[in-house]
Amino acid sequence: MKTRKNSKKVNHAIQDIKWETEYKHQQKKRNRTQTMENIIHGIFLLLGLITVGCVLLITVYLVISGIPAIKEIGIADFLFGKEWASTAAQPEYGILPFILTSIYGTAGAIVIGVPIGFMTAVYLSKMASPKVKSAMQTAVSLLAGIPSVVYGLVGMLVLVPGIRKIFNVPDGASLLAAIIVLAIMILPSIIKMSVTALDAVPKEYEDASLALGATPVETYFKVSVPAAKSGIAAAVVLGVGRAIGEAMAVMMVAGNVPNMPDSLFQSVRFLTTAVSSEMSYSSGLQRQALFSIALVLFLFIMLINVTLNFFLKREKE
Amino acid sequence: MSNIITVKDMNLWYGDHQALKNINIEIPEKSITALIGPSGCGKSTFLKTLNRMNDLVPSVKITGDIRYNDTDIFSKEVDVNSLRKEIGMVFQKPNPFPMSIYDNVAYGPRTHGITNKAQLDEIVESALRDAAIWDEVKDRLKKNALGMSGGQQQRLCIARALAVQPKILLMDEPTSALDPISTSRIEELAMELKEKYTIVMVTHNMQQAVRVSDYTAFFLLGELVEFGKTDDIFSQPKDKRTEDYITGRFG
Repeated sequence: MKTRKNSKKVNHAIQDIKWETEYKHQQKKRNRTQTMENIIHGIFLLLGLITVGCVLLITVYLVISGIPAIKEIGIADFLFGKEWASTAAQPEYGILPFILTSIYGTAGAIVIGVPIGFMTAVYLSKMASPKVKSAMQTAVSLLAGIPSVVYGLVGMLVLVPGIRKIFNVPDGASLLAAIIVLAIMILPSIIKMSVTALDAVPKEYEDASLALGATPVETYFKVSVPAAKSGIAAAVVLGVGRAIGEAMAVMMVAGNVPNMPDSLFQSVRFLTTAVSSEMSYSSGLQRQALFSIALVLFLFIMLINVTLNFFLKREKE
Repeated sequence: MSNIITVKDMNLWYGDHQALKNINIEIPEKSITALIGPSGCGKSTFLKTLNRMNDLVPSVKITGDIRYNDTDIFSKEVDVNSLRKEIGMVFQKPNPFPMSIYDNVAYGPRTHGITNKAQLDEIVESALRDAAIWDEVKDRLKKNALGMSGGQQQRLCIARALAVQPKILLMDEPTSALDPISTSRIEELAMELKEKYTIVMVTHNMQQAVRVSDYTAFFLLGELVEFGKTDDIFSQPKDKRTEDYITGRFG
């Protein structure tokens, strides 16, 4: 009887020990999983921070390197000076021609590109048959994938001589050529984003409109487009961003002369091309001024991004 | 009482699948006709055929004859947009446009060419009154319609449909997304509206059919099994399948 009781006790003790080791084992395992989780979490955070770090680095670098020249030239003379003659004996550093050219060029591209892109998007999203839609969307994606130097090349070989002949001007490399090239370049972003916004309009809205006796076209323009307006506005802002930041193609077709953009047929230089065309041989104040131009361009693009985010946020709501 | 819609030998296919088989029905004017039946029996499909919303479905094929008053709704002379103006529709899920309450109601009249502000105001007010929602919204006509409750949204959708002055109102399970109180308001509203309009209502809820409708059509597997006065259908159904369905033996 006693031995049996004892053996029972022993059995219990053994069981306890077993449980304890098992418990410890489990806990160890859990700790290890937790550590692993933390490490992976850390790696992902680090990778994410690379992007943030780059943005911060570029911002800080641009501000630090862009400010000295502005200080030396004077902010008003720099921003509103009409003369850029960086290599003259009496150098002038006014970037108003570049600012205006960039604004006019972008505005022109928007005026031409937005109606075409918007109408295309409405057609693709609402009217095109699935076959046509997929074929045209492939074409749009290809257009987006063409390198800008190719746009520049085609513009140089086709557009520039074309403008010279049609309008009978001495040189076709002009603001107009840049506007046309930019208008084509921004089409893919405008079309794609507008199509996405229009596709997301609930079908119930369109059904309700049709059931009230509105025609399909009335429905698209009175219901679908207003419902997608934030997304379409975002598409336009994206197009603005793309146009103002483009350098290579406009360098090849705009003539690249620092003139005030007084006419569409003037050879002009954009903010982007002002930096890229002189950077390789610049020095001293000239080089610093180029950094300041980059800073101005950067501020423009920041402004556009803030606007874009504003529209995207509203779209989500 | 005369019939406003006459359907003869109507068949409908989605691709290879026949969704409606040989439907014959005459819908009386200024009354409420309920379409009942289990899910997938074709009652919503039938409803959407009456204002040709099924035209929007690719691969749909319809044979037979549907007359609204005396016009063949599939005839080439019939403008589908004017037809839909005459035969309005209220959907299962309230679907007001993302615009102001006023603009929602004014959408239809504006589309049909009314631009006069005073005239629009009048139409909007009377449509909202008819839909029994005027008192709730008269002080916030400029507010976005999406801020209203589900029941209010559905009554707004009814007002929107009424604003184009239809003769018939098709309602596709108009209360299935609503709470009981909103449901009873919509039911009361339907019973008031039948003095001016003909209502055809799809419903899953048999009590609702009994409460509001004058006539009931029972659909099963694409067939119209039985059609008659609601009282008769529910008290002495002629067909065994109708009896099984209304007594809850299947469906």
